[in-house]
Amino acid sequence: MNILFFLIGCSILLALIFLAAFFWAMRSGQNDDTYTPSVRILFDDEVIDPVKKIGDKDHI
Amino acid sequence: MLKEKSAAIHSVCFHCGDKVLEDSFQTDLKTFCCAGCKAVYSILSKHNLSSYYVYNDVPGQTQKGIKQNLEYLDVEEISAKLVDYQDDQITIITFYIPAIHCSSCIWLLENLHELLPSVLKSRIDFLKKQVNITFKNEATTLKNIVELLASIGYDPLISLQDVVKEKTTNLADRDLLSKIAVAGFCFGNVMLLSFPDYFGLGDFEKVYARFFGWLNLAFSIPVVLYSGRDYFISAWNNLKAGRLNLDFPLALGIAVMFLRSLYEITTHTGAGFMDTLCGLIFFLQIGKWMQQRTFHHISFERDYRSYFPVAVTIIKDGIEKSVPLAALKIGDRILVRSMEIIPADAILLKGTAEIDFSFVTGESEPIMKSLGEIVYAGGRQTTGIIEMEVLKPVSQSYLTQLWNNDAFLKPKNGIKTFSDTASKYFSFALLSIAIASATYWLFQDSNRAMASFTAVLIIACPCALALSSPFTLAAVISIFDKNGLYLKNNAVVEELAKIDTYVFDKTGTITSPQAASVSFNGEINDGQRQQICDLARNSGHPLSRELTKHISLKEKFIACYYTEKIGRGISGIVDGNHVKLGSSAFLGLPLIDSFEQTSVHVMIDEKYLGYFKFNQPWRKGFKNVAQRLNNQADLHLLSGDRDHDKASLIPFFTSASKMHFEQSPQNKLEYILNLQNAKRKVLMFGDGLNDSGALKQSDLGIAITDNINNFTPGCDAVLDGKSFQKIPMFIQQAKDAVKVIHFSFAISLTYNIVGLFFAVQGLLSPLIAAILMPVSTITIILFTTLAVSAFARKNNLI
Repeated sequence: MNILFFLIGCSILLALIFLAAFFWAMRSGQNDDTYTPSVRILFDDEVIDPVKKIGDKDHI
Repeated sequence: MLKEKSAAIHSVCFHCGDKVLEDSFQTDLKTFCCAGCKAVYSILSKHNLSSYYVYNDVPGQTQKGIKQNLEYLDVEEISAKLVDYQDDQITIITFYIPAIHCSSCIWLLENLHELLPSVLKSRIDFLKKQVNITFKNEATTLKNIVELLASIGYDPLISLQDVVKEKTTNLADRDLLSKIAVAGFCFGNVMLLSFPDYFGLGDFEKVYARFFGWLNLAFSIPVVLYSGRDYFISAWNNLKAGRLNLDFPLALGIAVMFLRSLYEITTHTGAGFMDTLCGLIFFLQIGKWMQQRTFHHISFERDYRSYFPVAVTIIKDGIEKSVPLAALKIGDRILVRSMEIIPADAILLKGTAEIDFSFVTGESEPIMKSLGEIVYAGGRQTTGIIEMEVLKPVSQSYLTQLWNNDAFLKPKNGIKTFSDTASKYFSFALLSIAIASATYWLFQDSNRAMASFTAVLIIACPCALALSSPFTLAAVISIFDKNGLYLKNNAVVEELAKIDTYVFDKTGTITSPQAASVSFNGEINDGQRQQICDLARNSGHPLSRELTKHISLKEKFIACYYTEKIGRGISGIVDGNHVKLGSSAFLGLPLIDSFEQTSVHVMIDEKYLGYFKFNQPWRKGFKNVAQRLNNQADLHLLSGDRDHDKASLIPFFTSASKMHFEQSPQNKLEYILNLQNAKRKVLMFGDGLNDSGALKQSDLGIAITDNINNFTPGCDAVLDGKSFQKIPMFIQQAKDAVKVIHFSFAISLTYNIVGLFFAVQGLLSPLIAAILMPVSTITIILFTTLAVSAFARKNNLI
């Protein structure tokens, strides 16, 4: 049953990695603005060619 | 579909959606309302940025406003204060742009580099309406960037005070989030490690129990020392100041729980309460986070500095130069352009001054000033350029000296909330029960004395109690927010419930700043309209002015034989016709003045044509609001205006002694102070700078505005003008919220009593504590949220 000590050690290590990931995300400002990225992701990457018509389906 | 749409769009501006009045602004088969909107469209389409119009219909803002003078941005001492960071190569600056309102705005402003390649990066924070721009110094200047933003319709609001949110709020937010993360992480692990103990461990598993105990101890150390640190600091500071707040029993509970668990684990006498401890701190931090959540998009701390311009143009030796506002000296000759604000008390030297003081004094009509007259700071010049000589420095002018008043120097008295009051008694009761039970056991069975003493402090640790207020108030605030009332913080809700006296400002607060709606009953043709307009133009009476503004035709004829009977009507010969405007008595008609609204009757060449109906310019629902508030409280009126509306306001304020006209900002402040000295809880509704003193002095100051992005004076809450008729509902909701808090206090006390039943007997097992704490917390969260939304439904707020 000594394997339990090892497994608990592993699980705690894993949890600590997640905690560290959270801290990294927060330090890099990901929690400062939680709204704008949700809009930003819907934009097209490229600026649209002006010749292309503006269609109704493109409306978000 | 596309065809239908373009036909529909034809009558509204493609850029901003305003009605198109003339067809002169067209390009690419699209119609615009003004040259400004058309210019923005041309810039965008030239740079392949037409996608702006794809993401939303009519995403733009009207461009009919007047563009600012931006010369001052080239003055180094001003620009240095505005930028976030600057080195040899790049500059980083954050602007507050009120026009940001939709996804197209985000898209366009984040593609600024398409318009100006020297912009390296632009990032939007949508909720704060801020854009953070990095640009290369060598290729462009701050002024160019602002001009670029202005040219596409996103004028930044530039001010030296409180427009761009400080970075420090972000850091405080992050600090709390880190504490929650640490507490949550440890709570989860400790829960897992404590579970085996609850189900009972066999003898051969005892070795694990010790191992788990030590691990629990390790996990709880960061929780207590890092996440729970604030409670010890706050309790100690309050104790030093002779106060017992809710943090005292919390800190005591945390400390006792930790020490007892430490003892049990190190001596192998028990499993300790580490899971309860970590859970407690985790939930408390979440409650704190609920309490601290604020509305980033609104500023409550503004004073005259954010209303006044950042810089002023002065004329020195015939040369125009921009100087910072604070550097303005007595004797400087300043230049004020049309629609600019007069920055300091000054003498008019040159030009025609017609100044709109509505925001400063509450006077609704622009005032003409002649050369040599003193003009007080804060007014807005409405016609052409004027030159003036400064009489007093900015900080000592008639308007700004209000900020030297005591009310602004000392912070507002801390609002005493229900939980502050209750926690004092709670702490006393808790300590006496703990000591009483310890004393009892000392004589009965001295081994259990310590156990029961600590158990009482652990079980009665007021977690649910501490969460009652934050969760209730956070729920109320978010309901208010959706209805257009934005509160500065949680405590305002409780304060709102206590108010017994309401004081209203008049201009802009109970009157709508938009012009009164005028309609004509009867038949009239365009020629006759022209004649009426040309006659009414001659009179200074407010109704005549409204009428002229309503018809708004250019002057064509000159009225001859003009006569005015004050308060009754006007007559004259226009274009050969005898035109009479006025009351029915003035026109010799049978008395038909029994209309609710004010009316002006029209007679041309002795023929009665009908009448213009003026709807009262009161805000929508004012009558209803006044009636409902009158039932439960006292209403007062403080106006900077002259008393021409006195008669029509009497029904709302019950007696003339509660209505005061021609009040200076200082008078208003003192009036509130007098009411407070008579033990009244005063709520002030205001909108202008002249109300600032009163808003600050009152127990609760609410600023009313029709556009929450506009300047509002410092206050405790901002009310959207559209929600004016909801005021009684807001007050009822606040009162209900206090009831909810009282009730949830009762619930959490019940849980405490159940726990105490075990605790005083010294029988508290970790399992009971571990169950009781989360169950009581969850009950409170559910109860407050559901009760608040039930009351909101009752009050028609959702």
